[in-house]
Amino acid sequence: MPPAVVLVTGVSRWLGGALAAELATDPAIDRVIGVDTVPPAPEVLRRLGRTEFVRADIRNPLIAKVIDSASVDTVVHMNISSTPAGAGGRVPMKELNVIGSMQLLAACQRAPSVRRFVLKSTSAVYGASPRDPAVFTEAMQARQVPRGGFAKDSLDIEGYVRSFARRRPDVDVAVLRFAHFIGPRIDSLLTEFFRLPVVPTVLGYDARLQLLHEDDALAVLVRATTGDFTGTTNVAAPGTVLLSQALRRLGRIAVPVPSAAIGSLSKLTRSAGMVDWSPEQMRLLNYGRVLDLRVLREEFGYSPRFTTAAALADYGRTVAPVVPPELVGSVAAGARTAVSRAATGITGLRAAGRSLWPRTPDAPLVPGLRAVRDL
Amino acid sequence: MPEARVIPLHPGGDEPSTPTPPPGWEAQLTELVDFLRRRVTGDYDTDDFGFDPDLTDHVVLPLLRPWFQRWFRVETQGLENVPDVGGALVVANHSGTIPVDSLMATVALHDDHPAARRFRLLGADLVFSTPFMGALARKLGATLACNEDAERLLRAGELVGVFPEGFKGVGKPFSERYTLQRFGRGGFVTAALRAGVPIVPCAIVGAEEIYPMIGNARTAARVLGLPYFPITPTFPLLGPLGMVPLPSKWFIAFGEPIETASYGPAAADDPMVVFNLTDQVRETIQHSLYQLLLQRRSVFS
Repeated sequence: MPPAVVLVTGVSRWLGGALAAELATDPAIDRVIGVDTVPPAPEVLRRLGRTEFVRADIRNPLIAKVIDSASVDTVVHMNISSTPAGAGGRVPMKELNVIGSMQLLAACQRAPSVRRFVLKSTSAVYGASPRDPAVFTEAMQARQVPRGGFAKDSLDIEGYVRSFARRRPDVDVAVLRFAHFIGPRIDSLLTEFFRLPVVPTVLGYDARLQLLHEDDALAVLVRATTGDFTGTTNVAAPGTVLLSQALRRLGRIAVPVPSAAIGSLSKLTRSAGMVDWSPEQMRLLNYGRVLDLRVLREEFGYSPRFTTAAALADYGRTVAPVVPPELVGSVAAGARTAVSRAATGITGLRAAGRSLWPRTPDAPLVPGLRAVRDL
Repeated sequence: MPEARVIPLHPGGDEPSTPTPPPGWEAQLTELVDFLRRRVTGDYDTDDFGFDPDLTDHVVLPLLRPWFQRWFRVETQGLENVPDVGGALVVANHSGTIPVDSLMATVALHDDHPAARRFRLLGADLVFSTPFMGALARKLGATLACNEDAERLLRAGELVGVFPEGFKGVGKPFSERYTLQRFGRGGFVTAALRAGVPIVPCAIVGAEEIYPMIGNARTAARVLGLPYFPITPTFPLLGPLGMVPLPSKWFIAFGEPIETASYGPAAADDPMVVFNLTDQVRETIQHSLYQLLLQRRSVFS
């Protein structure tokens, strides 16, 4: 049974707005309510269609009134901030993420109309350590529990969602652990990061990156909202690239920075307003993390349209490379012709030398055994 | 008396096959240019474990080959025991202070095996927590020695290599050479049982003598966070020169595969089966080590 009234939190961001817009085009859904603390940007607002926007803070008990009065039956929780600056600092970020999720869950627990809850979680819950297995399945836990920041917040939120599911067994709960988003339109850590002409990386480490194209992310969210999957699933594109390889494909210049200097560098770029990233996210990238996709394919029933490489290439269309591959190609082609020219030149020289000073022809070589005949 | 004349025994006809000449400098340079173009534009493939075949084939294996062919003069035996396709777990003894033996086994299986198999090594977490080394190990196809990774690789039909002695083997004193250390908790056997792949015992002779470890500077090891800090007759006495390995003569022998599929995956939870198989593998390797040592005339020839 498709949902009648859907509430989407974090609708002012690209992915939340896109989900609300997509749901609004579905005639089977009566109402789509978007909630966020800030009003959506004009271009997001234009696409939202018949979505009703409620400017509310999920940390405020007001959210319970919204859920009650509209008798919301499906809640999609996407209002989780991954960077401190986006929320105005680490303390407000933690408050929005953890306290906001608790308030929202408390409101849902009281509302008898709610029967489905979808959480946009992250693969960061698996942590990052050298003791990690190469590929994570949903049943695995972080070998080194993340101690702070976004990963810790996400772990806490997943914990609250699990206890909510225990207290309201009649509610179907779907937890989606997303890999890094990428694509021409979405705003994520990596899309911002890869737009820098010179990208800092941690010296001595090369992460395996698994990405997810924005179209696939949207399709998975729509399916999770309207479908009947319950449980936890990883969501990522098949295949991986190394961080160094991704930067080369995008024609960026990587600048390896000693891990001790990463903290001050991130402060510098943040104060310069270039890119908002935390050293914690950088460290999450050190070892890389690959997700097992069996549950997504078989139980959730979705196969991503983009592989990691294809998603990266699609994003790459929107960033002008610093080192254009065409230039590298033409340099390589030039080098190749130079090699063959030098080769023909040398053979020509040898032939000329031979015609000038003809050598006595070598005795024909006879391979194999030789017999000496005595006449 | 007329001059002696050389006549061919087989006039015309079946000429003995001449080995294909090595590619000329022109082809080599063109290949180098192509390789550099691929590296600069990121136009190569890597797998979920971070394995980079392009880098391995064009940089690492060519660097290791002179050591394999000229320096250690490695002789491989029993390659017919390593299957051409499908997963198998190669279990080998570990020695040599620095794990050169794993690299030489990688070259042996790629260059000497008819199917040119990739050797996917399982390494200790110390390898992956060390900057540079961890990233390079992954690019060479290694991954963390844990059951999840081993089973995933074996199920994907890869040839996985494991050294169950770990640091106990690679960092043992020279006086204990060619005596196998404890084989961990038999985790490698449970991985093979769950994946239902054969275990191929492998004995490596020669690696023990490359850096004869006559002492262990425990304090230096503790300060540097290493499991041991080797003292050899030349290191640290001669400085960097002491890091040149001695040119011992090597043998790598693969024994008959030990089949595990008939036990069924449930046997992985039966400690008796696991212990018995672990002992069987360990004894096979120890036995073939002694046999290989008898074949070797001296350490260096």
